[in-house]
Amino acid sequence: MSPSVVERLGSAAMRHIEYIGGLAIQLQHACAALGRTLPLVGNRSRWRSAIQQMLTVGVDAFPMVGIMAVCAGFILAMQGASELRRLGAMQFVIDLVTIGFTRELGPLLTAIAVSGRSGSAFSAEIGSMVVTEEIDALRTMGIDPVEFVLAPKYLAALIVLPCLTILSTTCGILAGGAFMRLSTDMALGVYLRYVVRSIVLRDVMTGLVKSLAFATIIVHVGCLEGFRVRGGPDAVGRSATAAVVKSTFLVILADVGFTAVFYLTGGK
Amino acid sequence: MTGPAISVRDVVVTYSGRRVLDGINLDISRGETLVLLGGSGSGKSTLLRQIVGLERPQSGQIRVNGVDIAQCPPGELKKVRRSIGVAFQNSALFNSMSVEDNIALPLREHTRLAESTIRLMTWMKLAVVGLAEFGKLSPQALSGGMKKRAAVARALSLDPDILVFDEPSAGLDPIVAAELDELILGLKRAFSMTVVVVTHEMASAFRIADRMAMLYKGSLIAVGTKEELQSSPHPRIRQFFDRVPDQIADTAAIDKYFKKYLEGSSA
Repeated sequence: MSPSVVERLGSAAMRHIEYIGGLAIQLQHACAALGRTLPLVGNRSRWRSAIQQMLTVGVDAFPMVGIMAVCAGFILAMQGASELRRLGAMQFVIDLVTIGFTRELGPLLTAIAVSGRSGSAFSAEIGSMVVTEEIDALRTMGIDPVEFVLAPKYLAALIVLPCLTILSTTCGILAGGAFMRLSTDMALGVYLRYVVRSIVLRDVMTGLVKSLAFATIIVHVGCLEGFRVRGGPDAVGRSATAAVVKSTFLVILADVGFTAVFYLTGGK
Repeated sequence: MTGPAISVRDVVVTYSGRRVLDGINLDISRGETLVLLGGSGSGKSTLLRQIVGLERPQSGQIRVNGVDIAQCPPGELKKVRRSIGVAFQNSALFNSMSVEDNIALPLREHTRLAESTIRLMTWMKLAVVGLAEFGKLSPQALSGGMKKRAAVARALSLDPDILVFDEPSAGLDPIVAAELDELILGLKRAFSMTVVVVTHEMASAFRIADRMAMLYKGSLIAVGTKEELQSSPHPRIRQFFDRVPDQIADTAAIDKYFKKYLEGSSA
């Protein structure tokens, strides 16, 4: 192997390690600042901007996340039914949709939607603040940019992503119900009774734990990309793209990790 | 307090191996206006970023009101920052807030004053820079000169004793730039502040400076009064003051290239 290949591999590895290190430092910094963002005990204006973020990251994403989940629920039910029908096991479609959404699709679809909508917005907002010297201005005023800009977004995402996950899971399961009604004339009440029987608390909890992890990844990757903007407006555009690409990639990597851990510790 | 407001000792800054500041020594006394001159790439913006504590030097000391901001813990630095007001080149007003809220921000963050007091103080700062009736507007609605004045009002909001300007007249027409010069002079008279101005506008520099310092390739080549600098025989200073361009084209390289090209085509 020529030294240049080794060199290139080495420098790429160093870059990635450095990036992960940057994320870790930022995460630690943000967690320390999170306390000052909380209502009642923290700074009131931080809480107010966290609420603002909850509206833009969460409430405004409701329709998109809901429709995506309905579509995915329908797709899953149709694909499952086409196979299970041949085995005469149509009622397993209900388990498929219910378990699939609570454990996996609910959190993952939500994270992908939010990463596309808000991850890029975070990095573009912070990136343009870097370009226009607003971040420097904050620092010279003795205001910590991580506490002022990032912490409210992080708190908002930690609250809003689990909510959106519950919404998307519900939408997905209801879409499954609609499919069953159309294809087998199963009443919605009956369908829901089956659903309740196949929902396990553990599945719901693992889904919500995942959504907290995804929220962390989306906010921190988006904000880090923003803070690292150097140069002009083109750098802001590139950082927005990088934020979406990297956060989606890391969300899926983290999902594999979490699912493996839950699978191994599941013992069912 | 005694001693200089800002004292810079042997400051060295390197960016990826290149020395941007090379052993800078500079004292800025209380109540004086120091203009930092220099062409682009001379390191004047870097020196400014060091003085306001946005970056730390590789070596050397920067004392602001006696505190070494190159070494002090973050808590101490935060305190020092409250005594420095900075007006950035591009104003750096927060676009998501009204002009009023921009100026009130440092007060809301660092003091426990009642909202009514903050409003009054904000209004007063805006009145000082002549923007009293523009507080409710968003920064985008202001003209270039008004933005800069709003940035000055924000820099003043915590009543700093040091005021720092990065290129106050960049991108402004001569009349507005002159207004800004008068504003700086007026502020200095009214509040006896220490003022540091980075600029390459000679007219503005001569209007406001008590002393001037000239940076060239990361070193201070002259520090003195306007008269001292004006009568200096240093070739770089003469070039700067008399607006003599550098030789940009590398004629030797062009000759060589043509020669190679012609020889190459004939062979």
